[in-house]
Amino acid sequence: MLQITNLTKRFGGVAATNDVTLTFAANTLTAIIGPNGAGKSTFFNLISGALKPDSGSIVFKGEDITRLDRAAIVQRGIGRAFQVASFFPSMTVAENLQAAIAAHRGQWADLTHRFPRQGVRERAMEVAEMLGLQDSADVLSANLSHGDQKLLDIALALALEPSLLLLDEPTAGMGPDERWKMIEKVQRLWRTQNLTLVFIEHDMDIVFGIASSIRVLCYGRVLAEGTPDEIRANPAVIEAYLGTPDAEDDV
Amino acid sequence: MGRIFRDIAIGILAIAVLAAVPHLIPGKAFQDFVIRCSSMALFATSLNLLVGYTGLSSFGHGLFFGLGTYSFALLMQRTGISLPMAFIATLLINAVTAVAVGAICIRLRLIYFAFVTLAMQMLMHSIIISWVGLTGGDQGLQGGIPRRVVAGIDLGNQYNLYIFAAVVLVIGLLIMRHIVNTSFGTSLRMIRDNEARASFLGIVVWRVKLTVFVLSAVFASVGGIVMSLFVSGAYPELINWPISGDAIFAIVMGGVGSFLGPTVGTMILLLLNDVVTRQTEYYGLALGIIILAFALGLRRGLLDFITERLGGRPAGGIS
Repeated sequence: MLQITNLTKRFGGVAATNDVTLTFAANTLTAIIGPNGAGKSTFFNLISGALKPDSGSIVFKGEDITRLDRAAIVQRGIGRAFQVASFFPSMTVAENLQAAIAAHRGQWADLTHRFPRQGVRERAMEVAEMLGLQDSADVLSANLSHGDQKLLDIALALALEPSLLLLDEPTAGMGPDERWKMIEKVQRLWRTQNLTLVFIEHDMDIVFGIASSIRVLCYGRVLAEGTPDEIRANPAVIEAYLGTPDAEDDV
Repeated sequence: MGRIFRDIAIGILAIAVLAAVPHLIPGKAFQDFVIRCSSMALFATSLNLLVGYTGLSSFGHGLFFGLGTYSFALLMQRTGISLPMAFIATLLINAVTAVAVGAICIRLRLIYFAFVTLAMQMLMHSIIISWVGLTGGDQGLQGGIPRRVVAGIDLGNQYNLYIFAAVVLVIGLLIMRHIVNTSFGTSLRMIRDNEARASFLGIVVWRVKLTVFVLSAVFASVGGIVMSLFVSGAYPELINWPISGDAIFAIVMGGVGSFLGPTVGTMILLLLNDVVTRQTEYYGLALGIIILAFALGLRRGLLDFITERLGGRPAGGIS
């Protein structure tokens, strides 16, 4: 589905992504973990075209998308949501989604028909229902709760009918109960929408609870990859990141 | 579809009322006022496509208003083409100029965009002042607009020009209103609210920005044409930078979030202009105080304020 080969991105002297080679199989639910500054968000920015890599390649469904611009990458079926919920605050939830759907249908330059065009309204309600936002459809998005704003951000990405969905910390800034509600929604989406889903997450209970596979980044490099059990047992990961009970005892 | 017909019906009604008024109120002052209003309201509303709807604060939009007056006056004085042809040619000249200017400006953000648009206008102003042979320099293009009779209607006649200005304003506003109500209009709001998100939804931001820049320039030049017919020529003040400031004042006073805000603001601005200059020579001082009252008192334009008081959300959606 997505093959990344020798991907490198430097900011000044720091390699935020350093010679990363990773493969994401279709219909998997993959977590990316790593300490702060490990280059997780940069990695997403490279895939989605927000940043151009210095070297390496990104191949999506057999096509090299390394040098494509954002809009072209979106068209190929890669959607993303952001660490800080990103949406259109002056619009209602329904208008946000209608706008995203109009964009997805290539109507964003349409100067003849009134917005929203036929079918857009209905489709927006469908997308809202996928994430349980239907009751807030007429609420101004700026006035939504933090959790609902994160859901709206994901809903905007879903409006693009992506085959690959990148979620940058979907549970950021949430309390424990809210986190699990959010992650259950994410998991249900993954099951029902035929998605390949990659998410960045700091909460290890969530990561080991739902991910079918895990990639560990550290200082821009791939430290480990595998199933949750493999990662849990990986000595390099334990040393660099998870920590061991023994280590604490030694101190 | 229903809303388009409603808007058109309101437009026709407005023209009918305006056509009747001079029969009730004699004297030319009102007609003069409406013609100037038509010109400036087209200009201010076109600027609001950039400022209010797209979040692009141009300080040099007067370039296109002024270029509209000069191109139209020059085409009428120096070539033999008919008035409708000169009208269309003026729009084309402005569109081509806007593509060139826009291609440079839209890459820039916020204050840099504002300053470079202003610089572009000052550049155009200097060219017009210096190119005396073509433009008349400081003196402007005097000598009037010839061939004003179109389809048997003499636009040299004050009442006819008044009706013409009202019709052009209504048509211009209807088209611009339609533009902001299309999916393209929604793209403008998306870019204003969150440009990065818009680009990650597949919108090619620079294309939308350049298109709206060109469209707004074209409508500004229509305002310029009306002004050129009104003053029978073109003058450097009409392309100097304070004219851009007038449009910004009109937008701020009327309301960036309401489609008719700039039109209402233009009426306030011109009324102030007429009343205050009759009473005192401190026009700038009076205007400054009133703008401060809008900015610090209402914290929004008049029409946005009224819309919110009535429990609504301004159409442009700025809150």
